[in-house]
Amino acid sequence: MSKVRVLVGTRKGAFILSSDGKRQKWDVSGPLFGGWEIYHMKGSSVDPNRIYASQSSSWFGQIIQRSDDGGKSWHQPGTPAGQPTTTPEGMPLAESNKFAYDTSSATGKPLTTHQWYDGTQHPWEFKRVWHLEPSLTDANTVYAGVEDAAIFRSADGGQNWQEMPGLRGHGTGPQWSPGAGGMGLHTILIVPGDPKRIYIAISAAGCFRTGDGGETWKPINRGLKSQYIPDPNAEVGHCVHRIALHPSRPSVLYMQKHWDVMRSDDAGDNWHEVSGNLPSDFGFPIEVNANEPETVYVVPITSDSLHYPPEGKLRVYRSKTGGNDWEPLTRGLPQENCYVNILRDAMSVDQLDSCGVYFGTTGGQVYVSPDGGDNWTSIVHDLPAVVSIEVQTLP
Amino acid sequence: MIRIEIPYHLRTLAKIDGEVELDVAAPITQRTVLDALEARYPMLRGTIRDHTTKERRAFLRYFACNQDVSLDAPDTPLPTAIALGAEPFLVVGAIAGG
Repeated sequence: MSKVRVLVGTRKGAFILSSDGKRQKWDVSGPLFGGWEIYHMKGSSVDPNRIYASQSSSWFGQIIQRSDDGGKSWHQPGTPAGQPTTTPEGMPLAESNKFAYDTSSATGKPLTTHQWYDGTQHPWEFKRVWHLEPSLTDANTVYAGVEDAAIFRSADGGQNWQEMPGLRGHGTGPQWSPGAGGMGLHTILIVPGDPKRIYIAISAAGCFRTGDGGETWKPINRGLKSQYIPDPNAEVGHCVHRIALHPSRPSVLYMQKHWDVMRSDDAGDNWHEVSGNLPSDFGFPIEVNANEPETVYVVPITSDSLHYPPEGKLRVYRSKTGGNDWEPLTRGLPQENCYVNILRDAMSVDQLDSCGVYFGTTGGQVYVSPDGGDNWTSIVHDLPAVVSIEVQTLP
Repeated sequence: MIRIEIPYHLRTLAKIDGEVELDVAAPITQRTVLDALEARYPMLRGTIRDHTTKERRAFLRYFACNQDVSLDAPDTPLPTAIALGAEPFLVVGAIAGG
């Protein structure tokens, strides 16, 4: 029987939840990296035992961790190629934690500033890795979305990172500004079968697309409406919370934005609203059912000022028509006195025949629905605030 | 020997139990002490000082002989008591934040 492994990043460490395909009884391991924010963990689809983790701290900065045995043991991978991976005393080196923006004239443009909250220009400063996206074709290649927004790539299993400067250097960079949570590149979608095509999303710059493996990028935000932007036709400046696609339809994108749920049928060239009958179209995560490309999930919260579910009822909303017509999913979810939030990277799906849907809350719960959202149970309910959820489906 | 105390999470990262004792050649300054610490424990690079600028990370402070020396220039000599190993050089994390 297949198994699932749920990788949970929280404010105070990481947890790994494991079960068989029934998804009823769970083993819980953790906390790993106790006391640290684990912004994201994701496994390679090429080698499921290869998992990358972003370990972050406002005090101590960024640490990249890697496991080669499915999460049982971890190490910092960093060292320059050809050099020992540890000191003579066995201490790991720290090059894997170094994310230096490209300012060379040879491979990138010397971008030094972006827009700040007050409209002035502000220096580009690395803060943390928001999202790790392993390549679909090579276990040693992995992309990192960082704050302040940029995309980095490692081709040696996380040992060394180079910025892909074409994104910040394509021209609109100085106009990017941070959202309330910082200017993070939080979503990286690699198109299956076409690895040179990648979509990314940044709060609060918008969505961008490359068709040449990251050499050049294009903003894809036409059709997005954001009232706080003076120019209604602005190319960038939209606070995109999350984007998602189904592998069988890589040109169909779904977006949860700072207000509005949106859809594009042409790889992001044009967007239209599909919020429909949602009680609120403000939220963070959005996911697509692994087996049904037109089945989409969001978790509405009350507003941009009130980051908790409407009426104290935790409801996942599902559309089976690609948006516009949404139904509330409540069975097994608290329907009173619930004021948690689900952050943008804290929802995921597995690849089993009956698609499992998972999400983690800021209240420390991790919920699973093994039947596409009809019924929910909590796997754990007293973790630290959950920041991210990823699910591996294992043979 | 120079004595250094670092915060809990960095001790965990470096697998250190208690104080660190290092041989540091004169002059004994913030820079030379931290250079020696990072040479001995490379996984601490970037956790106390920025990888590139070598500036102190904003939520950390340096103390020597009960004085906050965070704003001193990195090449300012540390007190004799530090140089003699009579007192430890402290790297302290901000308490606020949780």
